Amino acid sequence: MNHVRTHHRPGTLPARLLRSVGIHALLLAGAVIMLAPFAWMLSTSLKDYSEVFTVPIRWIPSRLVWSNYVDAWNEAPFARYFFNSAFVATATTIGQLAFSALAAYAFATMNFFGREVIFTLFLGTMMIPDQMTLVPNYVLLFKLNWIDTYYALIVPWLGSVFSIFLMRQFFQTIPKELYDAAQIDGCTRFGYLWRVMAPLSRPVFITCGLFTFIGSWNAFLWPLIVTNTDRMRTIQVGLSTFMQEHGTVPTLLMAASTMAIMPVVIGFFFVQRQFIQGIARTGLKS
Amino acid sequence: MLAHKTQANDAARRRRYLKETFTAYLYLLPATAVLVIFHFAPVFYAFYVSLLDWNYISPNPAFVGIANYAALLQDSDFVTSLLNTVYYVVGTVPTSMAAALLVAILLNQKIRGLAWYRTVYFLPVITAANAVAIIWFWIYHPDYSGLLNGFLDKLGLPIQSWLLDPKWAMPCIILMSIWKGLGYNVVIFLAGLQNISTEYYEAAQIDGARGWSIFRHITWPLLSPTTFFVLIISVIGSFQVFSQVYVMTRGGPLKSTLVVVYYLYKIGFEDFKMGYASAMAYALFVIIFVLTLLQRKYIGSRVHYQ
Repeated sequence: MNHVRTHHRPGTLPARLLRSVGIHALLLAGAVIMLAPFAWMLSTSLKDYSEVFTVPIRWIPSRLVWSNYVDAWNEAPFARYFFNSAFVATATTIGQLAFSALAAYAFATMNFFGREVIFTLFLGTMMIPDQMTLVPNYVLLFKLNWIDTYYALIVPWLGSVFSIFLMRQFFQTIPKELYDAAQIDGCTRFGYLWRVMAPLSRPVFITCGLFTFIGSWNAFLWPLIVTNTDRMRTIQVGLSTFMQEHGTVPTLLMAASTMAIMPVVIGFFFVQRQFIQGIARTGLKS
Repeated sequence: MLAHKTQANDAARRRRYLKETFTAYLYLLPATAVLVIFHFAPVFYAFYVSLLDWNYISPNPAFVGIANYAALLQDSDFVTSLLNTVYYVVGTVPTSMAAALLVAILLNQKIRGLAWYRTVYFLPVITAANAVAIIWFWIYHPDYSGLLNGFLDKLGLPIQSWLLDPKWAMPCIILMSIWKGLGYNVVIFLAGLQNISTEYYEAAQIDGARGWSIFRHITWPLLSPTTFFVLIISVIGSFQVFSQVYVMTRGGPLKSTLVVVYYLYKIGFEDFKMGYASAMAYALFVIIFVLTLLQRKYIGSRVHYQ
């Protein structure tokens, strides 16, 4: 419970050592709980079916059955699911970053009629829970004939107040003198956003992009509602369909879950620092 | 002459302002169009739909006024789903927050391996809820081959049928949700802790404060804006629980895990009663809204800002 730098602390070396061991013991115990389900998933996904139900539980399969992955892959159109998720998440991320940057740029650098009112209204939409919009959006997409299309999976998520808010905050920290200088050099307003502001704002683009991509990749309720064929199902919805059809075969189910989780987990290891810092920043803002 | 000049200046300034307003609206247009069509207008459209008896396909929906809302109050399943959701929120939020605060405090002790721990605790946050629910579905397997039962058996405790038992199903979903959401709260608490200036601690130490009293009188009050933020976000998020329930229990057994959003999904997208589902969405919206206001009023007033 003490946050003061260690050299301020009284106490002998053994006492400090004991304290450090205690802290690590607690944190490690927590880490084991965090990781155990993933380990269990991997372990089950590589077991022979007969070994799944052995008692006591065996964590390390006696034989690694990699063919579970091949079997799972062949049982359902996973290639299509993956393609759909990758395509939808990428398109949503690019589109949403572009739309948000444009709006944030206006809020941060332009002086216009109704700026504060519009911004407050934008923030107000964050109060609206997603399930509020399920029925109306479904009806709208039905009327547009967009059910079971990529449009349904992408277009409603191209506007994000959260991204606009974060980008605006960042844009506001870039000195105005830079704009004046760029203007003298013949830079247009859009050119300034594209060539000066965007490159300078890489961290915030990365943060917003990661949020959007992971959110889109992991989305479940909305894709579940607006897709109804394998042609359009994303990996998460495909996985749930797979569970309904193969729910009694844990080896295949775990192999499929591993496939659905892995891309995000692997990607996360590369960008975890920026991502976690991004989250930490949103907490401090409020 | 001077008056003329200022007038000309004024006119020029106004022209510039108008031009800039026009430009700004162009930049705002794409995002605003999406937000208005898919987030803002639906609030009003949902209210209109909530006054209808409609399956979304029929061209002439019947206008029923407030009948859907009246039916909602009579619907014992809705009341059950509300109570279950409250059970879920109360079971998840305080436990998760307390555990996350503890982990964040431990991580804030200038320890080695901070980044590693943080990544590990954060891992469940970035994985899809429906996918990890499948893992937990097997952890909660009702016989000895389930991970949890195997563990209990090793400790010599009786095994349970978990998700098949109306008494245990909700605690199971709560436990999984705490596991999944913990890392997010840890990261925010840790940022909040690191944001507290060390001067406060140094001053308190000079005054002879130690351990618990430092936490009680320095950390806790100065962390309160963060705590409040986490509380609001967690309550709003927990009210919307869906994927875990959909994958693990479908609201059962005996409706013991029937939560509001799952019920809404069932009514709207399995039974296609769009009017009734909209009325439910509105009720949920109002509940979350009122709860947030109450929290702001009663807890927000105790928040200390540095």
